[in-house]
Amino acid sequence: MTGTTALYDIPGPRTRQRHRLYGVLATAVLLGLIAWILYLLFDTGQFTYTKWMPFVYKGIQELLLRGLGNTLKAFAIAAALSLVLGGVLAVGRLSDHRPVRRAAAVLVEFFRAMPVLVMIFFIFVALKAQPLTALVAGLTLYNGSVLAEVLRSGVNAVERGQREAAFALGMRKTQVMAHVLVPQAVRAMLPAVISQLVVALKDTSLGYLITYEEFLHAGKLIASNLDYDLPFIPVVMVISPIYIGMCMLLSWCAVRVSRREQRSPRTGAVAVATPGPGALLPGGEPPTVPKP
Amino acid sequence: MNVLTDNFSLYARGFLGTVELTVYAGLLALALGFLMASFRVAPVASLRAFGTVWVTVLRNTPLTLLFFAVVLGLPRFGLVLPFRVFAVLALGCYTSAFICEALRAGINTVPRGQGEAARSLGMTFGQTLNLVVLPQAFRSVIPPVGSTLIALAKNSAIAGAFSVTELLGTYKTLNELGYDIVWTFVWIALGYLIITLALSALFHALERTWGVAR
Repeated sequence: MTGTTALYDIPGPRTRQRHRLYGVLATAVLLGLIAWILYLLFDTGQFTYTKWMPFVYKGIQELLLRGLGNTLKAFAIAAALSLVLGGVLAVGRLSDHRPVRRAAAVLVEFFRAMPVLVMIFFIFVALKAQPLTALVAGLTLYNGSVLAEVLRSGVNAVERGQREAAFALGMRKTQVMAHVLVPQAVRAMLPAVISQLVVALKDTSLGYLITYEEFLHAGKLIASNLDYDLPFIPVVMVISPIYIGMCMLLSWCAVRVSRREQRSPRTGAVAVATPGPGALLPGGEPPTVPKP
Repeated sequence: MNVLTDNFSLYARGFLGTVELTVYAGLLALALGFLMASFRVAPVASLRAFGTVWVTVLRNTPLTLLFFAVVLGLPRFGLVLPFRVFAVLALGCYTSAFICEALRAGINTVPRGQGEAARSLGMTFGQTLNLVVLPQAFRSVIPPVGSTLIALAKNSAIAGAFSVTELLGTYKTLNELGYDIVWTFVWIALGYLIITLALSALFHALERTWGVAR
């Protein structure tokens, strides 16, 4: 850490000693915090057998697995559809025809400005769609629009010389796009696309609010069971590591892909997007690449 | 049209609920995010680790799960607070992870030479921080913090689904009263647009006044 920020010099022996003292104090406070939480957990009887018993039953395990399967199903459909929609909208925004460009821009801006939950509720309540349809449609509209922005900024970030050289060779616009710009843009934006998919995966949990039988819904069913003494905390303790683990795995993929593409000679003419501070935030700004 | 005029007070209550939620959660997120960012750049390893864990876990948690855990889980510890406070806690903690990252990225944009120059002039750590590093970092964090707060306003819709008085939550009452559901949602959408556009205008103004000249 030291040396990378403007905040400190490399510490000398006395400063290191002082930092060590701070370290001991901070560790003590943090350990105290953890101990207090553990005490609370034990004190309110969260580790009793009755509360953890349901997870032994086969039926409950199957219920959880079914929920997880539904979550992954919604994610897979929404991811595939939003990639398609993102591609279409990006093509629209890069079109040479002004009406097409305008229409695509209005759609993208509108769907990005709306809370995704409002769209999901609208499709679920007003259009009376099935929960899965409503969830997938809402996620697709939102993430598709964001991906369109990501892809467009990728195409625009490819060095100007590439486009000019391709046109000079006599290629048509479609050829320039398909053979020159898009392949480089996709490579550069792949990390950003993956981190947007993490947002989609996280947002599948919104299905819980429209009674789609996904992972969180399964958890709620178990947690509100009186026979097991309302095992709320145990359910959260079981469910959240799985959710967080899945998302972290995907985020980690994004970081790895970003490192690989940065080293790749095929991204020489475009800057690779690195998942920035705003990545992974539902409703946040999509990552864009610095202009060359 | 008459959906809005007939139920103006209901819409207004929902709208103000969303604004209030956004403001309180935003303040909490800014305070916590600042604290976590200072942990993450601290020279103390255990604080850095704590900051990293906080950010990594919260960034990878679905907000609905966090709401679920806070609204329905915390009362199990005997902590019974109004729903509104729980919603502010969940939204604020969640957003603080992103604010923290934005602030940290801002601090890291300040070139090392700035700090070195300040120290060679004999400035203390506090002076370096307050007079040299933070003013420059502040300029570059305006846009990312703005977009994070806009996202917070949009995410507050989840609170409405957990029955906190909020803009999205108004659809339930209106639906039961038998109003045209499409128009109900049009006015809800307009409400969110007003909030997000106002926030974005505010941060554009801040950016114009304080932002980095490019």
